[in-house]
Amino acid sequence: MPRRAMMQSMASFRGYRRAEAGTQPDHLHPPYVSSIKRAPSKPLVYLPHTLSEVTGPSFESSAIDVKASDLTRQHHGEPLGERIIVSGRVLDEDGRPTPRTLIEVWQANAAGRYRHNVDQHNAPLDPNFEGSGHTLTDEQGNFRFITIRPGAYPWRNHYNAWRPAHIHFSVFGPAFATRLITQMYFPGDALLPFDPIFNCTADEKARNRLISLFDWETTVCEQALGYRFDIILSGRDSTPWEK
Amino acid sequence: MSLQATTSQTVGPFFQIGLARFYVDDLSGPGVSGEVIEIEGRVFDGDGEPVPDGVIEIWQADAQGKYAHSEFSNEVESIQKNDAQAKEHAQTQREQAGFRGFGRVPTQPDGSFRFKTSKPGRVLAPDGTLQAPHIAVSIFTRGLLRRLVTRIYFPDEPSNAEDFALKLIEAGRRHTLIAKKSRDGWLEWNIVLQGADETVFFDC
Repeated sequence: MPRRAMMQSMASFRGYRRAEAGTQPDHLHPPYVSSIKRAPSKPLVYLPHTLSEVTGPSFESSAIDVKASDLTRQHHGEPLGERIIVSGRVLDEDGRPTPRTLIEVWQANAAGRYRHNVDQHNAPLDPNFEGSGHTLTDEQGNFRFITIRPGAYPWRNHYNAWRPAHIHFSVFGPAFATRLITQMYFPGDALLPFDPIFNCTADEKARNRLISLFDWETTVCEQALGYRFDIILSGRDSTPWEK
Repeated sequence: MSLQATTSQTVGPFFQIGLARFYVDDLSGPGVSGEVIEIEGRVFDGDGEPVPDGVIEIWQADAQGKYAHSEFSNEVESIQKNDAQAKEHAQTQREQAGFRGFGRVPTQPDGSFRFKTSKPGRVLAPDGTLQAPHIAVSIFTRGLLRRLVTRIYFPDEPSNAEDFALKLIEAGRRHTLIAKKSRDGWLEWNIVLQGADETVFFDC
């Protein structure tokens, strides 16, 4: 055995916990039409976590553009729309912070249009808004983005289908097993009950945790409303693998 | 346990905006040892149509079977303090410092993707055996509400026969995880999301 592989084996590594039933979406959710031809039809094969799943990529602070957490300052002019601050923490299921993990976000502009050639929605692009950002969490798992509240936009899933306002979040966490891509929604959005993507998770409490909270503490006087969105990643198994 | 993991949502069709900055299609390069390999493939849906709007991420050990992961490198350092071979290991670690083990590419209009990397070494399985060389894969695309997880294995690897994860799979489907030799030096490995020759995906 290569020596360094052996040393890695000496770490009594533990796997990560699996989701409780209903708290994560099934792959097939027919109201979301795109899932019908893309969801696997055969049962997934349960994989006990190995070294390959309990390790995962990390990103150096030198790879991070410190300006990328402010989506309102990426051009000479300011983007149109309602300036907001989105802050939160990345934690595991035991409440432990996830430090120095990469968060990437992307979103539509205030008019509900993405800066992407596939988006043909008849709403204006904003020359001062890219709609993308990234950051590393700090030592306590905190993150903070300044952006513009995204607009709702139509899509072709069904007649008169509109996506509620949302921001896409991509998070790595400490391991391959904790990789998560999700979407953050806004409180009081009238479109939420009708959105097949938001409603793909059976457990009502689980899906409602995708709705950010309006937060006075994050709100900055005469600057921007604040929203709080904590991201919880799978926790560690309590028992290490034997051997 | 007081909290519950955040529910997954689809990456949607517009991820390019957010994920392009950390696209990595070449994990090899100066300072990375091992056999350089190139993997190409295509992603297909249940109708056999190419998936032009997916993003593939890979995670792998280096040629020595070492993951670029801090939890374990700290431990390695503490072991090395009392180790006569410490100097040699430190040298190897410096050489491997350029290897991050992470790749990410979008699929092209024809559903294709490709990576250039270093063939990974073997790493331990929970049962104490060594796993066959493999690359862990995440697939995200519009229509997938959660990522799909699978692995790439290598052709002509006798260790595939005893691999911890391959043995979990019924024999008739194992081939979906094993790349094929393609044109000069290339490996071909396709992903079928759904259907008769569906790729094996893991509950991970």
